[in-house]
Amino acid sequence: MKRILEVKNLQVDLPTANGTLRAVRGIDLHVNKGEMLCIVGESGCGKSMTSMALMGLLPKRAAITAEAMQFDGMDLLSLSKKERNQVRGMRMSMIFQEPMTSLNPSYTLGNQLCEGIIKHKGLSREKAKERAVYLLERAGVPYPEKRLNQYPHQLSGGLRQRVIIAMALMCEPDLIIADEPTTALDVTIQAQILRLIRELQQEFGTAVIFITHDLGVVARIADRVAVMYAGQVVETASAEALFANPLHPYTQGLLNCIPIPGKTKPGSHLASIPGVVPSLIGEFKGCAFENRCSVSTSECRRRTPNLAIKPSSADHQVRCPEVSLSFQEAV
Amino acid sequence: MPDYALELSNLSRHFYLKNGAFKEATLLKAVDGVSLRIRPGETLGLVGESGCGKSTLAKMILGLLEPTDGDVLVNDKARGASSRLAMARQLQPIFQDPYSSLNPRKTIEKIIRLPLQLHKVGDRHSQKKAVKDISDLVGLPERLLKQYPGQLSGGQRQRVAIARALILRPNILVCDEPTSALDVSVQAQILNLLMDLKKELNLTYLFISHNLGVVEHLVDRVAVMYRGKLVEQGTREEIFHHAKHPYTQALLSSVLTPEPALGVPEVLDSSSWDKAS
Repeated sequence: MKRILEVKNLQVDLPTANGTLRAVRGIDLHVNKGEMLCIVGESGCGKSMTSMALMGLLPKRAAITAEAMQFDGMDLLSLSKKERNQVRGMRMSMIFQEPMTSLNPSYTLGNQLCEGIIKHKGLSREKAKERAVYLLERAGVPYPEKRLNQYPHQLSGGLRQRVIIAMALMCEPDLIIADEPTTALDVTIQAQILRLIRELQQEFGTAVIFITHDLGVVARIADRVAVMYAGQVVETASAEALFANPLHPYTQGLLNCIPIPGKTKPGSHLASIPGVVPSLIGEFKGCAFENRCSVSTSECRRRTPNLAIKPSSADHQVRCPEVSLSFQEAV
Repeated sequence: MPDYALELSNLSRHFYLKNGAFKEATLLKAVDGVSLRIRPGETLGLVGESGCGKSTLAKMILGLLEPTDGDVLVNDKARGASSRLAMARQLQPIFQDPYSSLNPRKTIEKIIRLPLQLHKVGDRHSQKKAVKDISDLVGLPERLLKQYPGQLSGGQRQRVAIARALILRPNILVCDEPTSALDVSVQAQILNLLMDLKKELNLTYLFISHNLGVVEHLVDRVAVMYRGKLVEQGTREEIFHHAKHPYTQALLSSVLTPEPALGVPEVLDSSSWDKAS
C-alpha cells in the first residue's frame, strides 16, 4: 500500500514562562492512501500540536524538528513558505473542532467554499460554484444552491460542520486532518457526521487523520489507531487488534474507564487511572506513565521505553518494557 | 421524610427573542410544561441535546431563573415559600465547567468555606475544621487548600466544586453536566466519587448529561427532553431497553460503544420524531 505521509521522530517544543514545554516528544506516524488513522489521547497529550505541525500551522515561537516528514515524496520541513501554502488546502486540508468559529462570519458560505479552489487551481467562479454545490449535496446539505449566498450564523452546528467537510474536499486533497470534528455536536448529529466522513473518505479515497479523545468514536471509524500519552505514541495497532487486545497499561486503563452498557454493571465502581498527567516542561526521564501505572517497576523511572513490535503482528507496537518482556517470553 | 425531594409541576419558561426594532419578537418556549418527581435518595438522569432546555430547567430549580409558569417544590415545599438561604441549605448545584465556576482570586479553602460564612454556621475554628473534613470526603489533599484554582487540574477543581456544594449538607444536588469538561480517566474518578457520596450522605441527584453511557451507569430513572418538553420518562430499564419515543430510540442508537465491528450506526433524522411529538 502506498504511503501518503511518513513522519519520523517528530518533536515540537514550545517556550513558556516556566521553561520549554515538550509538547510532542518524538512521534513516528505513517498514513497509507485512503486510510483512516485515529489519534486518540487525553487533553494535553500533544495530539493537536501534532496535527498543527503536519499542517504547518504551529505558532511562530514553536520549535519543530523531525528526522523525516514526507508527504507524498515531498519533504514538508524543507519546503519554503510559499510552497507550503500551495500544499495546504490543495493537497492537505483540515477540519477543525468548532464549526461555530472556524467559518468567517462576515463572508458568505459560497465565498469561503470557492476561495481555495479559485486560488489553488485557477478555476472560474462558475466552475468553482458548481463544484461547491455538488459537494454540499454530497455532504447532505439541503438546498445547496441557496446556501452559497447564506452566512454561517444562518446554519445550525451540524450543517456548518457539513459545510466545513465539503470545504475540506473542494480541492480533492490526498490527506484530511480532522481535529475533534464532532466534539461540539450532539450525539445524534455526531453519528450522522461520522458516517458522512467515513462514506466520503471511502468514496474519494482520501486518507484521513482523525484526532479525538473518544474511544467509542475511534472504535467505530478507525482503520488504524495511535494512542498518545504525554507527547508520545504509547501504542499503535489496527482498530480490531487494539480493542480486542490492548497491551499498554494506559490503553487498558482508558478502556476500563468508560461504562459500557450491557458490560459494566450499573452503579458499580468504575476503574479509573489514579493520579494526573506529568508536566512536560523541561527534560523528562523514564516512562511518562510510570506514576499512574499498575505494572511499573523501579526500572521504569530510569529508562525511557521505546516502541516495541509485537512478534505475531508487525502492526501492533507498544511502548512498555514490561509488556514487551512478555513478548520475548512468548517467543 | 418528604414524599418527594424535588417536584416540578407544569414548569415553563418562555423567552421573547427580539428580531430587530420594528419586527415582532418570536416566542421561544425553552421549557414547556415539564412535570417531574424525584424521590429522596433517587438519581434522576435528564438527557437531551443542546438547546433542548435542560440547563434552563436546572436554573429554575436552583432559583437562578424565574419560571413563566408552574411550580418547583423542594422537599414538598414551594421554592418561593422559603428564603433563598433556606433553599440553599437543601439544594446545591455542581456546574459543568470547573474552570469558570470557581473564583480564580480566592484560595480553595476560602471557596469551600464561603457558604458557611454566608449562612453564619459555626465560628472560624469550626468552619476550618468543616472545610478539612469535607475535603477529606471528596478526596482533596490538604495541601491544595492554600492554593488557587489556577494551580489545580480539572478533576481537582471539580472536587472543589463538589466540596463547596456539600459543605452545607444539602440533601439534593443538581449536577449540570458535571463530567463533560473532563478527560475520561478523570471522569471515572468523579463519577465514582458521586456514587460514593450518594451512599454515604443519602443524597438525591438530578443528573443532567448528554452522555448516555454515563447516565445509564449512574441513574435510577431517566427523563428525556426534546425541544422544551419531556418526551419520555421511566426507569433505567424502561428507557434503555424498551424506549418507545422515536427520539429516545434515535438517541440510544447513536451511542458509540468501543466495539470496532459495529461501525457507525445509521441515525434517522429529526423529521421522524418531530412528527411524533
